[in-house]
Amino acid sequence: MAVTLSASAARHVANFMTKRGKGVGIRLGVKTSGCSGMAYKLEYADEQAGDDLVFESHGVKVLVDPKSLPYIDGTELDFVKEGLNEGFKFNNPNVKDACGCGESFNV
Amino acid sequence: MALLQLSEPGESPAPHTRRLAVGIDLGTTNSLVATVRHSLTECLPDEQGRALLPSVVRYAKGSVTVGADALAVQAQDPRNTIASVKRLMGRGLADADPAMRARFDLADAGGMVRIKTVAGEKSPVEVSAEILKVLRARAEETLDGELVGAVITVPAYFDDAQRQATKDAARVAGLNVLRLLNEPTAAAIAYGLDEGAEGVYAVFDLGGGTFDFSVLRLSKGVFEVMATSGDSALGGDDFDEALAQWLHAETRGADLDCGSHRALLAEARRVKEALTASATVTAEVPLLGGGKRDIGVSATHFHALTKPLIERCFSPVKKALRDAGLKAPDIEAVVLVGGATRMPHLRDAVQAFFGRTPHTDIDPDKVVAIGAAIQANVLAGNRRADEDWLLLDVIPLSLGLETMGGLVERIITRNSTIPVAKAQEFTTYKDGQTAMAINVVQGERDLVSECRALARFELRGIPPMAAGAARIRVTFQVDADGLLSVSAREQTSGVEASVSVKPSYGLSDDEITAMLKAGAEHATADMQERALREQQVEADRLVDATRQALAADAALLSAEERSAIDQAIDALRTLRQGEDHLAIKAGIEALSRATADFAARRMDQAIRNALTGSRIDNLPV
Repeated sequence: MAVTLSASAARHVANFMTKRGKGVGIRLGVKTSGCSGMAYKLEYADEQAGDDLVFESHGVKVLVDPKSLPYIDGTELDFVKEGLNEGFKFNNPNVKDACGCGESFNV
Repeated sequence: MALLQLSEPGESPAPHTRRLAVGIDLGTTNSLVATVRHSLTECLPDEQGRALLPSVVRYAKGSVTVGADALAVQAQDPRNTIASVKRLMGRGLADADPAMRARFDLADAGGMVRIKTVAGEKSPVEVSAEILKVLRARAEETLDGELVGAVITVPAYFDDAQRQATKDAARVAGLNVLRLLNEPTAAAIAYGLDEGAEGVYAVFDLGGGTFDFSVLRLSKGVFEVMATSGDSALGGDDFDEALAQWLHAETRGADLDCGSHRALLAEARRVKEALTASATVTAEVPLLGGGKRDIGVSATHFHALTKPLIERCFSPVKKALRDAGLKAPDIEAVVLVGGATRMPHLRDAVQAFFGRTPHTDIDPDKVVAIGAAIQANVLAGNRRADEDWLLLDVIPLSLGLETMGGLVERIITRNSTIPVAKAQEFTTYKDGQTAMAINVVQGERDLVSECRALARFELRGIPPMAAGAARIRVTFQVDADGLLSVSAREQTSGVEASVSVKPSYGLSDDEITAMLKAGAEHATADMQERALREQQVEADRLVDATRQALAADAALLSAEERSAIDQAIDALRTLRQGEDHLAIKAGIEALSRATADFAARRMDQAIRNALTGSRIDNLPV
């Protein structure tokens, strides 16, 4: 039962948070919307909610609300570069099928 | 799969709803593109990690090169390598920058100037579009999607023609312009949001080719530009030029051809930049016919050499402060923008003038693009509604129209905040007048001949009425991009005519500066001229009206009365030719007195005629 960051993702999150100047960590989750059912939540976290599950990965705190966890349990968040484009990628073992662009998915 | 970004808490976008928008600083020397990613604003670099794209376009047969690669071959192919094209935006051949005329083979194309290259004649709009295309491609590749639009910055001094030309360039490059934003305002956005500090700020922007100075008030998240001023023919390039000229004189060199002049300029720039960190730099001056000569340049000497340029900055500064009703100590902070503000002696001069250390937290090359990106992010709808903020901007020169006697009636005064719409009612001058010409002008002087004509249109189909009875409402509207539209509507009949101010590609920067200066210098002369013209117009109107009355109702006058009126008319006509507005005024009063009885008799007669045959209870009350 865990959600982890790759070393590269952790480094970038730490860097973004320094520039942003505040936050306790990041929040991963899902919400129900999008063309294929679920969409990811990837946000800065300014505070920890009471029932949040907290994972620590390469020194970065990752918060997940309990209702989201079943959908993303075992996920490794990676930071990848594709040419000039760069960003985060959810390597989520629970996904059965995703829409073409991968912005929404089904479990 | 799409790569995701970090969002602010609670702001993760729904899938496929991320709206990509960028801010573009289309500069004279360098251009940049910036955007908001991971809730942070950053300039987007190319594959080599360079954020700055030199605003240089090289045309060869069948190919176009933009940026550093074009800059690298500038010295070898100077005529086909277009730099500083921003100086030609919206310009005709006649008012093109003399330095640009010397560097390039320019052609007259009626409106905007054309640059002759091996790939054919290119307009400044096309050249700028090539720069924008590269930035657009960089952004779309980096953000992995199509752009919703871009905010492009322009100097505060850009007139309508130059703004329109910038918009045209964006369209050619396939960019949707969300808004044109004044560069100093963009800088204020970058600083205002990053620091959230309230107060009166000055933005001192010395870029490659333009100088803008703005006074801004920042309160409760609202930016208000109180005054802007500047000199769009002054920038870092001029410092290079001054140093290059001195180096050239030192070598006692023969006439430089185009290519070696550029090599010299490039060396001058290198020396200038190196002098920000060192007290002495050795310039390697390329000699004609090969070879180099080393010339030592000390910072002190460079400062002395460019002192006149630094001094030139402060005359617009003083003007803007005057316009804002402020003195240097009232400014709570000064923001430096533009690569040229890295020069230590410039920073010292700014510090000495304002008595405080200028802000330099954000990279002065990037601050404008960053502000534009923040604005673009808002305009593209990527912010929550409650975070929405208002952005005020101002117009640089007053806008008005021509009234009788060649006088200017100012409708929107300079430094009014935009967007703005103002209306004023005008009337006809002659009985039965059915058309009115609306001549839209820009400038600070009272006489039309001293201002810039922007547009002209006619309102036709005014119903024939007595002079002064028609009510023509003229509305001036300036949109958020600083573009003007003027409409006129006759209120009783509803006839309408309007014009959008199309680029008239004609006014040079020097003229804008001169117009501002002249407005202040000629205030007294203008006032007297206005008084004279007003009395002349009134005299003409009265003579005209009296003559019409005489033609219609001569029977009401005795021979002596008639002769007295004729004499008063002749006297007034003679006075009207003179320059003494008080004498004309006296003549007008004399004629009014001479015709007072006559006017009363005409009135009585008119009332009698109107009442004849009417029953009292049928009269309108």
